Formats: sequence, structure tokens, C-alpha cells
Amino acid sequence: MNLFLRTKKRLSRFVNAFFKKRQSRIGIYGPPNAGKTTLSNRIVRDWTGDALGPVSQIPHETRRARRKEGITISNQNGNSVTIDIVDTPGVTTKIDYQEFIEYGMEKDDAIKRAREATEGVAEAMHWLREDIDGVIYMLDSTLDPFTQVNIMLVGIIESRNLPVLIVANKLDLPDANPSAIRKAFPQHPVIPLSGLEGNNMDELYDKMLEYFG
Amino acid sequence: MIQGVQINLISGDRLDKMTTMEKIRLILDDVIEGNIVVLETGLTPDEQSKLIEVTMLEITPDGFSGIEMETYAPKRSSSMGGGFFAKLLGKKGSGTRMTVIGPANQMKTIKKDKDLISAWVSSR
Repeated sequence: MNLFLRTKKRLSRFVNAFFKKRQSRIGIYGPPNAGKTTLSNRIVRDWTGDALGPVSQIPHETRRARRKEGITISNQNGNSVTIDIVDTPGVTTKIDYQEFIEYGMEKDDAIKRAREATEGVAEAMHWLREDIDGVIYMLDSTLDPFTQVNIMLVGIIESRNLPVLIVANKLDLPDANPSAIRKAFPQHPVIPLSGLEGNNMDELYDKMLEYFG
Repeated sequence: MIQGVQINLISGDRLDKMTTMEKIRLILDDVIEGNIVVLETGLTPDEQSKLIEVTMLEITPDGFSGIEMETYAPKRSSSMGGGFFAKLLGKKGSGTRMTVIGPANQMKTIKKDKDLISAWVSSR
């Protein structure tokens, strides 16, 4: 490589590092037990071979926001986007430790989990207001999407003009009804998939390239 | 003495004069007491976000377990006179709807649709 080319390459790296906008942070939001961590793990594993966090049947398993940096998603046309994935605690307006006791937890553990869950929800809201550039909003497609938390959160995301993709998750379950989610949020793209089985992930990745690229 | 639940209806005029934190404190102080609060003009999305955050900090074991909140989806910009000029003029709060907030252990949604909300309220 001649001197001219080497200098040009170095200069280009310097300019990119200096002026390049930081990578977009894409938050995975939704109510508890919608499958946020399962999907986060799926995305991170598909593109880096890594994972983000543990999953559980008991609500509020994720009680701290977790970020995985520098995930590059690409398609066959050569388009690509590099983002950070932020897996967030499930958002709710109420938390009662008794709910965890019903799952068989001891009282002290249930109280501790409830306290950590309240901190996690507050943290998730803070991230949304300050540090998120785009949202994947996760819904369990076996449940009614017309809940206050869903309407409120989608309203908050819209008010911040953030690009949003809605995922109708748990398509592997017999009661899955993604059309109810499309009806509830006709203003946004809805992608039906199963984060657990990995069905229809290509459609999600195509939409991520389109919306977050 | 009449047994029941106290309902406080707060006018839009009163809400307009309050800051975000004043509104949130007013709502939470009332709801923690076991009252139901009805806001004539509701809260902006940013205020709703802060209400969730502060609510989480107030939750205690065997005490306050959070809020139940009912409102309709915000009106879209075309019907609320919003858009570019509204943003340019700093128009705020449009699109918010009447909102009912109560303690999570006393208020429960029975049915929620685009244009109908049914809720059930019990005394403590």
C-alpha cells in the first residue's frame, strides 16, 4: 500500500471516530413476562453468539437494564446496522410481593424481589426518557393488548418521536392472536414471532434495518 | 356514617397551574390515602412516565402496592390542532384525556376498549 492510500485510510478513520454519531441504543420494552429477555438473548446470540440474561416463568426476572454493545445486523443485500441492545425490566404500575409467594417463593425473597423490581421499573422509565434511540415493544400475543400500561408506554414512546417496532410474541402458543395487536396499534408495524423458537426472526431483522438503520 | 370511597375530581384549570411534580404528589398522596383521583385533562406522556417512576419508589411491603390508572389513548395530532405550528408555538399538553387513578388493591379494570373503560372500585 503506498503512502497516499495509507494516509487516506488513517485520515478517514480519524474523521469517522471524531464525527460519527454513537451507536443507536434500541430498548426492548413491554410488560412483565412478554418475553423481552428471551428475544434479547435470541438477537444477541444470532449476531454475536453471546447472551444477555437469564429467563424465568416468575415475573420480574429482569430487574436491571442490561446493555449489549455493538451488535451488527445485516441482510443479503449488504445492508447493515450496528446497535446496542438494551434489555429492560418489565414495566407496570403495581408490584405486590404476594404475587411472588404464589409462585412458591419465601416471604423474604419475595419482598426482596419486589423491591428490586420497583427499582427496575423506575430505571426502565429513566432509560426511556434519557438514553434510548429506538424501541422494540414486546407483547404477549395470547393476552389482550388493550391494557393501560401498553397504551401509556406506546404513547410515551410516540411522544418522544422514537422509531418503534411492535413484536407480537409467543406465536408458538395455540392462543396467539397477533391480529388483536395489529388492531390495537395500527399506526406501527407489528411483527408476529416466537422468540423462544426463533420463528420469523428474519422479518424482525429486516424491519430493524429499515427502522433503526 | 356512610361507608365508601372518596373520589376527588380535579379540574383542568387547577392542573394547568401545577408543575409535573406537584401533580404527581397530589395524585400519589390522595391514592396512598385510599382515594380515587379523576383528572379532567389527564397527564402528558412525560408526566405519566414520571408518575410510574415515583409510584415505584412509594411501594412498600404490606402497604401501598401501586396504582391502577385508566385513560384512553392520546388523541392524534390532526384532531388536537397539533403538528408543526403547535410545536413551534410550544403548545403543550394537547391530546391528553380524562384519567382515573386509584390504589391497585382497590381498583380493577373490568373491560377496556378503544372507547369504553369499565372499572370496579372497592372500599378498604
